[in-house]
Amino acid sequence: MNLKTKNLETDILIVGGGTAGCFAAITIAENSDAKVIIAEKANIKRSGCLAAGVNALNAYIVKGQTPENYLTYAKNDAEGVVREDLVYTIAQKLNQVTKKVEDLGLVILKDEAGQYVSRGNRNIKINGENIKPILADAVSKLPNVTVINRMNIIDYILQDGKIIGAYGFSLDTAVLYVISAKAVICTTGGAAGLYKPNNPGFSKHKMWYSPFNTGAGYAMGIRAGAEMTTFEMRFIALRCKDTIAPTGTIAQGIGAQQTNSKGEEYEKNYGIPKTSIRMYSTVMENQKGKGPCYLQTLGISQEQEQDLYKAYLNMSPAQTLSWLENGKGPASENVEIEGTEPYIVGGHTASGYWIDTNRATTIQGLYAAGDVAGGSPQKYVTGCFAEGEIAAVAAVAYIQGIVITPPDLQDVERKAGAVNAFFRNEQGLYTVEEIEEAMQKVMDQYAGGISSGYVFNLSKLQVAKRQIKDLLQLSYKLKAHDLHELMLIYEVIDRLYVCDTLIQHLGARKETRWHTFQENADYPERDDVNWLKYVNSRFSEGEVKIILRDLVKKDDIYEHKD
Amino acid sequence: MSIKIDRHKCTGCGKCREVCPGSLLAEDPAGKTQIKYPKECWGCTSCVKECNFNAIQYYLGADMGGKGSFLYTKQEGQLLHWIIVAPDGSKQILTIDKRQANAY
Repeated sequence: MNLKTKNLETDILIVGGGTAGCFAAITIAENSDAKVIIAEKANIKRSGCLAAGVNALNAYIVKGQTPENYLTYAKNDAEGVVREDLVYTIAQKLNQVTKKVEDLGLVILKDEAGQYVSRGNRNIKINGENIKPILADAVSKLPNVTVINRMNIIDYILQDGKIIGAYGFSLDTAVLYVISAKAVICTTGGAAGLYKPNNPGFSKHKMWYSPFNTGAGYAMGIRAGAEMTTFEMRFIALRCKDTIAPTGTIAQGIGAQQTNSKGEEYEKNYGIPKTSIRMYSTVMENQKGKGPCYLQTLGISQEQEQDLYKAYLNMSPAQTLSWLENGKGPASENVEIEGTEPYIVGGHTASGYWIDTNRATTIQGLYAAGDVAGGSPQKYVTGCFAEGEIAAVAAVAYIQGIVITPPDLQDVERKAGAVNAFFRNEQGLYTVEEIEEAMQKVMDQYAGGISSGYVFNLSKLQVAKRQIKDLLQLSYKLKAHDLHELMLIYEVIDRLYVCDTLIQHLGARKETRWHTFQENADYPERDDVNWLKYVNSRFSEGEVKIILRDLVKKDDIYEHKD
Repeated sequence: MSIKIDRHKCTGCGKCREVCPGSLLAEDPAGKTQIKYPKECWGCTSCVKECNFNAIQYYLGADMGGKGSFLYTKQEGQLLHWIIVAPDGSKQILTIDKRQANAY
């Protein structure tokens, strides 16, 4: 096989038609006549994080709360290290974007007075099974927006320090697309599949995050020299065992407590309950020999049990199937819980592009929103909508007066050569699956995966760094037999780039700020004197260089200066 | 975690192939759809909900406690029926009204 190049042109290219990407497209269409291409690896009807649905909207300013409260919550939960400007500008938009998605057709539970019914201080109840088809449908009605499904974007086109488009290939025909754009918005999502997963065998993809979010947006940015932030704040989800289904629906929905095998409620023994502490306490109870740990559901009513069956069908059907096929629902048996392997995301934790307040990255012409954008944790679905809007407005303003730069023909030829080399490579000893397994084993054992209790130290990270670099070399020798295999090769290469940056970040933060997420055995204490800072990085000349930056406050308008 | 496609029920319409977020489904030489990469399935049920012929069976791998049951769905206007079939062939049906929000 040999991919032939084909040129496309657009005003704004959106890479990834998920939560943030769809809202960015809708916002551009509302505010301009700009032509937009959404390049989507799968099909926007069910792509991204929301394929199966979502159980609730977890970021909403409920009655009696304010955007300021939301910021305080997010800041405390992240132990003080957040980009306040980013969290706050999202919080101010949460309710407006919620209204918008309701108008598009999302069902939101209301009381008799027509008010949304809240689940806790920041959450509202929905039927989110069809949230993605609703978004896709809205996007398909926009006349200036072209969705190209099954197109895998692999790199930006960088010219004179500016992003002028991107390269991507079709999963169906032997074409390498060279897309020229005045601006690019990256909304690819974060990275799963870096670490050995909970179910390492047949069900290896039964994970929390979408296994098809392979860190492409991060890796493209890293290779182009964009500054990244907070990769060391990994996300580890507390989930139902085996099915890796959400626990919040049970914990918040019916108020179930976390208990160990002796029936003791243990979470309160580990300090103020925060996202990372819920995980940490469960890991510690297991290490002390007090596992398995459970959500205490035994004795809930039959009605509650039926409601849970339905709630899970709307977002994580495997859990309902598991309950029914075992003949024991949550009313008759507690639900066992476990921590997942670590993921890198910017929507729950804060890993991603270092962006200014308008969501511009450090490279001219490139914007980022959603899970791929760093600095603001606790975005969830509505926060990704809000950030998609903010990035879109900034990109529309940027393209005024900008003309399309045609890519250098020699660069295009070089890229086509590099892509086609994977078809010409001889069949070597290793397959892409073997490289992926090797990477996940290295990260698990030497960079704080499940088997090491999420703990790492500098000596182990040095081993990880060396082995990840070796695997990256091996991966360029892989052979692709078809377009799907070519995609798998690019995915593993992207993951290896993300691992490389992650390892440097883990080593750079010489303290332990977030238990389990970042558990540095060399520096087991939190150190506010030295580490109320962002750990950032930039990749140049084959090495990840660390940059430390001071905290940005709520009303600051942050601009890139150095 | 994965799916199996019943070749006798599959008409080869291709709707499931279009939506799979992992592009894991492929047309076989006979024009039917098969899952080419069963271990890569996330378990999102997007394909199951697209299939109008009840051809796609969604099951839990033995490594996550599966015991041979499977499920499929049936759309009926605003109702989405989830049919869970036990190894002995007995069925349970859970019906979701799309107009209603989750209780939790």
